[in-house]
Amino acid sequence: MTLKEVVNNVAEMPASKNAVVDIKNLSLTFQTADGPVYALSEVDLTIEEGDFVSFIGPSGCGKTTLLRVIADLERATDGHISINGVSPEAAREQRAYGYVFQAPALLPWRSIERNVTLPLEIMELSKEERVKRAQEALKLVELNGFEKKFPWQLSGGMQQRASIARALSFDADLLLMDEPFGALDEIVRDHLNEQLLKLWARTNKTVAFVTHSIPEAVYLSSKIVVMSPRPGRIIDVIETNFPKDRTLDIRETPEFLEIAHRVREGLRAGHSNDE
Amino acid sequence: MKLDRFCLVAAIAALLALIFPLSGVDSDTGKQVAFVGDIPGLAIAMALCVIAGAAFTWLGVKSVKAGVVILAIAVFGCWQATRVLYEYGVAGYAGLGFWLFIISLWAFVWRGIDVIANFRSLEPTKQHVANITVPIAFGVWLLFLWEVLVSGFGVPQVLLPPPSMIGERFVNSTDILAADFYQTFVKAVLSGYVMGCGSAFIVAIAVDRVPFLKRGLLPLGNMVSALPIIGVAPIMVMWFGFDWQSKAAVIVIMTFFPMLVNTVTGLNAAGKLEKDLMATYASGYWSTLFRLRLPAAMPFVFNALKINSTLALIGAIVAEFFGTPIVGMGFRISTEVGRMNIDMVWAEIALAALAGTAFYGAVAYIERKATSWHPSFRVRRH
Ligand SMILES: Nc1ncnc2c1ncn2[C@@H]1O[C@H](COP(=O)(O)OP(=O)(O)OP(=O)(O)O)[C@@H](O)[C@H]1O
Ligand SMILES: [Mg+2]
Repeated sequence: MTLKEVVNNVAEMPASKNAVVDIKNLSLTFQTADGPVYALSEVDLTIEEGDFVSFIGPSGCGKTTLLRVIADLERATDGHISINGVSPEAAREQRAYGYVFQAPALLPWRSIERNVTLPLEIMELSKEERVKRAQEALKLVELNGFEKKFPWQLSGGMQQRASIARALSFDADLLLMDEPFGALDEIVRDHLNEQLLKLWARTNKTVAFVTHSIPEAVYLSSKIVVMSPRPGRIIDVIETNFPKDRTLDIRETPEFLEIAHRVREGLRAGHSNDE
Repeated sequence: MKLDRFCLVAAIAALLALIFPLSGVDSDTGKQVAFVGDIPGLAIAMALCVIAGAAFTWLGVKSVKAGVVILAIAVFGCWQATRVLYEYGVAGYAGLGFWLFIISLWAFVWRGIDVIANFRSLEPTKQHVANITVPIAFGVWLLFLWEVLVSGFGVPQVLLPPPSMIGERFVNSTDILAADFYQTFVKAVLSGYVMGCGSAFIVAIAVDRVPFLKRGLLPLGNMVSALPIIGVAPIMVMWFGFDWQSKAAVIVIMTFFPMLVNTVTGLNAAGKLEKDLMATYASGYWSTLFRLRLPAAMPFVFNALKINSTLALIGAIVAEFFGTPIVGMGFRISTEVGRMNIDMVWAEIALAALAGTAFYGAVAYIERKATSWHPSFRVRRH
């Protein structure tokens, strides 16, 4: 109980503004057999500690690629990027982030629980600690009771929730989430959005979140990054000022609708550029 | 209305079997060897076939019960047919009537097995019984056909003995067979298999790690696997002596390459996404190997283990043709052929078939337990 209070207090303190992700003039070109693919072009972005940043843009505009560059799964061809002041590679070695992929990527030979404890096993935590944390993480995504099931016995949405639990289990300060709720129905999605917001408000984690849904982006974020395709560029960055403990009700407020409108305009502009 | 063709064939064939002569003429006495009228059991069996055949032609064989009835009649018929062969001296003199009766039985068995094979039940035990009945019934029928054809036509035993004779020889020579089995299977096959598969597995991991080995060793391994076993075996005998060691060496050479190639392929089976996942945890080489790449490789590894289980037995038996102590399955086959003891050769062949099937079955069983997550096994668990 005391620990929780401490955590809550931390959340209430004004967040110290340190750059968690610092990107300057970053470009990435894939060399393919059919010639170069300009996935990212001259991207400038700063994500500060405690930020909830949503990336929104049409399919193929480089959202996944940008997240993968942050995660050191892809190397930028040009420009500068640092995570917590160090290179992405060093940050990855320090296990600075939890990554939720666009697909669940559960290992089929492991039960749900053992999938969730996979990172904890690699980080050499004790068995009791692993099981305890897996329980907590599974509870957060409401999958308790499914510990002993295997991935193929779960629906696609449940698998995706299990992969979210896996990313949460080791409590990294930076969460990179690539359309984590894309496969879920509206109600479950709303619910998980609330859970994610609560987690964010409580722990002061930094979240980078890719989505296709404008309401989701506006509801969750403290900062919305609108991107346009070919080459992937940032065309607008919108700050929102909703409190961290916002509820689903804010979706009816004029402020919310105004921001949603601005995001939509940005996406439209990106599209017309394309043609 | 649709007639059941198999039952129609069974009824007509059995009816004709009653009319045509059961057996040929004995060249010494000039008389027919046997008449249906003298053998009440056979007459009843044939009559049953006619009646049941006619009845089911109209009714159709729709339920499992009907299938079982048909099979029961067929079993009774088979029993009578073998009695006629051996107790009434028809063996070697079978006539048209006898063969028509066999055709009638064939049609019945076919229909009966067909019905049971299509049986679907939600109760696992019932389904299980049906599932194992089909191959057993089919196997027994083939043995019966072999028996009847060989005895009925009086095929010389040197060419092909009937299964009953092989079975008798098998039962009467269990001590010799046990010694041969121990020498060939337990000593040579198992040790060669473990050494061949084990070393290939370890080499595969090394090859995977070192790129130049992958390019250099795999083509070389290709060459080794293409070596003819009959060329290698005598050389191994010269190197390792007459006993099981030389046979194990032959098996190592035969099993090494399939295991190597499959394991190397399997180690690349893990998807890119899963590898990325491990990278995000900064998982090291060994951690990723044990937690991701080896489990993903298991279906490939087991594939090689299954292939090798059959290769190993063949290798050991053939290698024994090139020098061996006076025991072993291959040794026995080569010497008994020379002595024209063909039934003993067949008994060894039967032993090899049993051992090979059991070995393969054991590996397949472990595979199912170890890779129950794999899509090819999932369906059955539900
Ligand atoms: N490994 C790769 N090699 C070559 N081209 C790639 C590679 N990965 C991505 N691309 C290209 O880069 C561009 C951006 O891809 P990315 O996956 O980042 O899009 P996205 O914004 O995540 O799209 P979606 O919303 O559909 O997930 C696409 O045009 C894609 O074809
Ligand atoms: Mg994407």
